[in-house]
Amino acid sequence: MSQDPLPSANPGPTATRSAPASPAGASVARREGREKVTGTARYAAEHTPPGCAYAWPVPATICRGRVLAFDTRAALALPGACTVLTHENAPCLAPPDDPALELLQNDRVPHHGWYVALAVADTLEAARAVAAAVRVTYETETHDVRLTAGHPHLYTPESVNGGYPAISERGDFEGAFAAAPATLDATYAVPPLHNHPMEPHAATARWKDGHLTVHDSSQGATLVRDELAALFGLGKDEVTVVSEHVGGGFGCKGTPRPQAVLAAMAARYTGRPVKLALPRRQLAAVVGHRAPTLQRVRLGATHDGVLTALAHEVATHTSTVKEFVEQAAVPARVMYAAPHSRTGHRVVALDVPSPSWMRAPGEAPGMFALESAVDELAVLLDIDPIDLRVRNEPGTEPDSGRPFSSRHLVDCLQDGARRFGWLPRDPRPAVRRAGGLLVGTGVAAATYPVYLGGSDAEAHADADGGYRVRVNATDIGTGARTVLTQIAAAALGVPESRIRIEIGSSDLPDAPVAGGSAGTGSWGWAVHKACTALAGRLRDLDGPLPADGVTETADTRQENAEPSPYARHAFGAHFAEVRVDTVTGTVRVHRLLGVFAAGHILNPRTARSQFIGGMTMGLGMALTEGSTLDPAFGDFTPNDLAGYHVPVCADVPAIEAYWIDEDDPHLNPMGTKGIGEIGIVGTAAAIANAVRHATGVRLRDLPLTPDKLLPHLARLS
Amino acid sequence: MKPFGYLRAASVEEAVRAGAAQPGAKFLGGGTNLVDLMKLGVEEPPLLVDVSGLPLDRIEELPDGGLRIGATVRNSELAAAVAVRERYPVLSQALLSGASGQLRNTATTGGNLVQRTRCTYFQDISKPCNKRAPGTGCPARDGAHRDLAVLGHSAHCVATQPSDLAVALAALDATAHLHGPDGEREVPVTEFHRLPGEHPEQDTVLRPGELITAVRLPPDRPGAHSRYRKARDRASFAFALVSVGAVLEVRGGAVRYAALAFGGLAHRPWRARAAEEVLRGAPATADTFARAADAELAAARPLRENGFKITLARNLAIDALTDLAART
Repeated sequence: MSQDPLPSANPGPTATRSAPASPAGASVARREGREKVTGTARYAAEHTPPGCAYAWPVPATICRGRVLAFDTRAALALPGACTVLTHENAPCLAPPDDPALELLQNDRVPHHGWYVALAVADTLEAARAVAAAVRVTYETETHDVRLTAGHPHLYTPESVNGGYPAISERGDFEGAFAAAPATLDATYAVPPLHNHPMEPHAATARWKDGHLTVHDSSQGATLVRDELAALFGLGKDEVTVVSEHVGGGFGCKGTPRPQAVLAAMAARYTGRPVKLALPRRQLAAVVGHRAPTLQRVRLGATHDGVLTALAHEVATHTSTVKEFVEQAAVPARVMYAAPHSRTGHRVVALDVPSPSWMRAPGEAPGMFALESAVDELAVLLDIDPIDLRVRNEPGTEPDSGRPFSSRHLVDCLQDGARRFGWLPRDPRPAVRRAGGLLVGTGVAAATYPVYLGGSDAEAHADADGGYRVRVNATDIGTGARTVLTQIAAAALGVPESRIRIEIGSSDLPDAPVAGGSAGTGSWGWAVHKACTALAGRLRDLDGPLPADGVTETADTRQENAEPSPYARHAFGAHFAEVRVDTVTGTVRVHRLLGVFAAGHILNPRTARSQFIGGMTMGLGMALTEGSTLDPAFGDFTPNDLAGYHVPVCADVPAIEAYWIDEDDPHLNPMGTKGIGEIGIVGTAAAIANAVRHATGVRLRDLPLTPDKLLPHLARLS
Repeated sequence: MKPFGYLRAASVEEAVRAGAAQPGAKFLGGGTNLVDLMKLGVEEPPLLVDVSGLPLDRIEELPDGGLRIGATVRNSELAAAVAVRERYPVLSQALLSGASGQLRNTATTGGNLVQRTRCTYFQDISKPCNKRAPGTGCPARDGAHRDLAVLGHSAHCVATQPSDLAVALAALDATAHLHGPDGEREVPVTEFHRLPGEHPEQDTVLRPGELITAVRLPPDRPGAHSRYRKARDRASFAFALVSVGAVLEVRGGAVRYAALAFGGLAHRPWRARAAEEVLRGAPATADTFARAADAELAAARPLRENGFKITLARNLAIDALTDLAART
């Protein structure tokens, strides 16, 4: 079952046609699929070295203050107890790059759920009991976990996530907005969201002869290796981090997380291998979350829908541990031509867990607001929302003035409209019913930037005709193993079956994380370069291969050192049809269709999985997923998968994903843009826009749950 | 780990004896809720008396036309039973709207009735909760209570009973058979769960050592129709925001018989007697149904964030009754 002729594999009719940048492009099944479905693929918590001890963390039960004392007598008296690590006895760490990794180093409690101790015992159950028996006395200080648009401590940061300036201004927004014939001024809210990958964070650590080996659930073992080496004062060659199989990450395994550091500390302290799998209920506090955003969008336009002024202003929170600013206003710098524009971010440091990356940070929440606002303007001006977007298509990237390396947003919108059956569409709300349910359709655009990072890779030809490719890429469920093999096969001109691929260990050539939708482009470039060099060597070779084969290495740091003169982004369009039950206020998505322009698609089968996975997560963002901070206790209220509602199968319709295969020479040798995140961008807006079309009710506060919609529906039922 | 005893009971008598002899002992059915709560430290029973192997796993026809459902009959088996699907559709629908297929294959009839509230404060042993630790307070009253009670709550507790099954059984006038150290007794399901009052730690009227052995359904009413409707945050695998179980018999355009129960509103399945009073003998119209719902919900005292439940309950009741009336 290596070929999968899905209809979504067909490029759209508007695809730019020329010779593809790389001959890779076949639907190839995952190389490790059999291991995964038969349970033989081993994840971080499934490595149990002889003598392994188990750890269980002790989270702070206060929101702000410091630890006064620990009483571990009862805990240590329990059967199987090994030790309880606290800041009083834990190994000292060098100051970390990420302050959230300053674990068990001092008495400070910066937020609820911060780890104050780590129980270690002979068994998992014993470790849990030991952790529960640790008594901690605290000095409590008053705390603040409430983000408000008028919070007195909001400030403008130097920069936001991704390294973008916090504020960007063009022209005279206020003047143009005041003069605009049509204006919209609306505020949108996205709550805190949790990544919750299927596999909780886990690490198994052991020290042998001064060498630290950690099996870690991570999106990038090179980075974890570097951080552990720095924290423990070791050389990089004294640490090995393995992330062979990873059960999802969505950003919350993108940098080292506490489990790897704590397991290594406990293993060093006890002299035994230590396994630490973070309990699901503790994840929200220690692995990062999508920070809530309050987003004010102001649009000024002519009566025929040409934008003259655009402002997108974001308020968000970070923790007192570190500054992380969700860059929700950044996509507004890319999307639409408006001569006068202002985009900005303000942030307040609250006593909350540290936010971090969650699938499409910035774009996912920002495009909910911007694409809802565009839809509101379309309603206001009685212009079809696709037409409105087409009328504001920019010739160059609005904020930078740089030319786009390729931009097929209009093609995505038009191709999607045709496939979805967008027209004819009666714009009047609340006039369509199916089986007693109100029916509406909505559209929204998507965008995600092209990121690339320098990487090493190695390609080796065996004397017997086999090949081996090595790169410390991470397959977090995306199909990276498979796609990298396709890239290698294409560059070498040999079948994939002759290639062994080794990924997921820091002992392999260094590589950046699986993040920012940059994995395939970054790793693939190095693989392509190494394989191309190897193919050249083999061509030039006279006679048989030496007994130990031929090896070529590649490093793409040079290629990635200079910023591109082009604005490089993927684009897409989402179409949703929803059905709203006026009895219950329940929204169900009946159809969801996306069309994406994301460079050359290397493997339709795994690409489709990425797109529909992102769209499903966007559906959850729209309808079911939402977290809140308990004002009294300061922790996230939903703390398990019964309380935090990710969509279940019954919520998800038959999602369709299509793409326009772009030929963009300004990216990388494969011509790819990255597809891991764009699927989630804009989905929530398309669904909220469809809810407005169905009901006439504009909800600006995600998720669209019955408690929010029902009060508006009385007149419709 | 916290040590506990485990006894696989060979008979009801042995189970009851063991349960009564050890204060705090718990009966183990499917374990789908109890074992989770033990992992969280919410439940710390010194003894688990496993009753899943007792011969209580049958659904029997009764001479009066009713059904006797053994306490260890699995939820999926009960939902699929032809007698239940044909004569008590509200019960089958309620079961199938709850949990997931895997959980329904494991969860038992008796265990379903004694599952604990899903209030987040109850489940977190680091926080106060009058239900879990009497006298410590109720943070839900001012905290996260969107999913909690609007009817029958007290200053001490605003928790809701999460069972879908219990709502259907309440609407069907089912009776729980209990077997305790002092003998057997029957309790109507409508009276099986308590209101929290000053003792929210007591979910039900079960006495120490008392075991649910069966649930008895009275004969179904020829001419009556029944259904269950549940509103929730996602399409499956979520507890009810509000649910309704309804039985309605209409003759000549007038309500001859009506039974209505709500889930998600209170510390017990809420049998809507005031609504039924309005319905009885009245014309089977949407206006009657609305007046009936309003009569019941007039007593509601919503908290800051759960007032929507009143509208939701009203809408669900009217919708379910209108649908049932249309079938006559």
